[in-house]
Amino acid sequence: MSVPATTDRTTPLDRARALAAFKLGDRTFYWLTRLSALIVLCLLGGIIISLIIGAWPAIKTFGLDFLVTRRWAPQLSPSPVLGALGPLYGTVVTSLIAMLIAVPVGIGIAIFLTEFCPPMLRRPVGVAIELLAGIPSIIYGMWGFFVLAPFMTEHFMPAVIATFAHVPVLNVIFAGPPSYLSLFNAALVLAIMILPFITAISRDVFQTVPPMLKESAYGLGCTTWEVVKNVVIPFTRAGVIGGIMLALGRALGETMAVTFIIGNSFQISGSIFSPGTTISAAIASEFAEASGVHMSALILLGLLLFVLTFFVLAAARLMLARLQRQQGK
Amino acid sequence: MTDLQIKTDMSSTPTSAAHAREDKLIVRNLDFFYGESKALKNINLALATNTVTSFIGPSGCGKSTLLRILNRMYDLYPGQRAEGEVLLDGQNLLDPKLDLNLLRARVGMVFQKPTPFPMTIYENIAFGIKLYENLSKSELDGRVEHALRGAALWNEVKDKLNASGLSLSGGQQQRLCIARTVAIQPEVILFDEPCSALDPISTAKVEELIDELKEKYTIAIVTHNMQQAARVSEFTAFMYLGELVEFGPTTRLFTAPEKRQTQDYITGRFG
Repeated sequence: MSVPATTDRTTPLDRARALAAFKLGDRTFYWLTRLSALIVLCLLGGIIISLIIGAWPAIKTFGLDFLVTRRWAPQLSPSPVLGALGPLYGTVVTSLIAMLIAVPVGIGIAIFLTEFCPPMLRRPVGVAIELLAGIPSIIYGMWGFFVLAPFMTEHFMPAVIATFAHVPVLNVIFAGPPSYLSLFNAALVLAIMILPFITAISRDVFQTVPPMLKESAYGLGCTTWEVVKNVVIPFTRAGVIGGIMLALGRALGETMAVTFIIGNSFQISGSIFSPGTTISAAIASEFAEASGVHMSALILLGLLLFVLTFFVLAAARLMLARLQRQQGK
Repeated sequence: MTDLQIKTDMSSTPTSAAHAREDKLIVRNLDFFYGESKALKNINLALATNTVTSFIGPSGCGKSTLLRILNRMYDLYPGQRAEGEVLLDGQNLLDPKLDLNLLRARVGMVFQKPTPFPMTIYENIAFGIKLYENLSKSELDGRVEHALRGAALWNEVKDKLNASGLSLSGGQQQRLCIARTVAIQPEVILFDEPCSALDPISTAKVEELIDELKEKYTIAIVTHNMQQAARVSEFTAFMYLGELVEFGPTTRLFTAPEKRQTQDYITGRFG
């Protein structure tokens, strides 16, 4: 056995004994960490399997039609008709609108905080953003219902509806009547909820840009905007996309706030001012009273959400890999 | 350490008739502050046109600080301020109304570490040019090639202009940064320890390049390597604790320094 020169004060025998003792500790530690990693895999597999088992009656009854059926009639006799199109549509639309609002605003705040903000303001604004992330979602739901929705319904929606009344396509998307319970209000609350994620992650990755790199862009005579656009954002692209995807994951799965304010209607209407539902809102509002194939259909909805989120994350990974190849890293 | 009583002696500045060259940049009574602490004390010197001036001195003596004043880089950071005068062709750079973007087009900078932008080699060069000029594709191609040739990099990268700037070796990256600086045709180029992250071969290439660049540009270089200062520069400024101790022709400063501290530093007795 080779003994490092620094241990020459202990005899090789002592060192060997110590090593033997450590070896046991090392092995235990190795297995503990390995077990922890395996447990995560087991949990994931277990959840997928139990979702599939729970959803099986619904899969058998409705098959692929489940994905394209707009009707949701659990009480229909002799047999209920259940389709996921309404909740799927609501989930995608609310998340999309929320992202359209939150991504530019969140990245904008992050740019302001890292590039323009006077140091005195930086901490208070940063802390406020982090606090925003800590507010429980039920509070967002209540605030959305009692404060935001009335305001939007009385002031914002009528103006938008009137503005686009005669513009083709847009007059369908922004069709009346204004309603407290609507896809748009839900998306707005979602946007506020995911804003802190996008802001905090973007700010953190923007701060990883080496000052020297920014200085060399400024040194060419770039304006702050040019530095941000050409150096900061390309340099941190992977991190920013990661933050956006995390936020999208949250938006797709958010339940409580959305259930409060979306109206839980399975109808699909072209207007974003009309009520709708999302997968998680549908499950939350109906699970308590469901039984039989209805219950199974709700579990199948859950499985669909799982698959949807999985594909979103996979698409993000692929996109990142492509970007990195393009940059030649 | 020996006598620290330092007084800047104006008679040692090479602005006298002995050097009939024109001064591109003149620094007068310059003080600089990081918040409350004074980092530079009453600096007076001049950079002669088309020469290389090197700044030597122990870490923290203010040489990089001085360099960062010459293109107002310190302006990016709140709490840093300069007092005095810095004249570029007679125009005071410290004027708060000065357009910083245009100033930085006239006074380019190369940093301690290579800082290629996260884009292709071609774009790294074209980026700066496009900020100032609206060129056709072929004109731009020509300018990029010219800049890369100017930085002795063209032959190494001409077949992979669309590869990422980050894929180059450290020495190549640094020459890319020099090419990028040269591409926008500045009048003065500031080098802030440009070889501190490079191996000896790359260092030799960069030094060779600096020697060629002085035909067209006025150059200031901060270096920790006294041999480098001796090799590349006509004039050398020795700074210590925020003061300019001695400034003069490089050969004289290294062979017959007037000040005791300069002698101690260049002979390695302190620093």
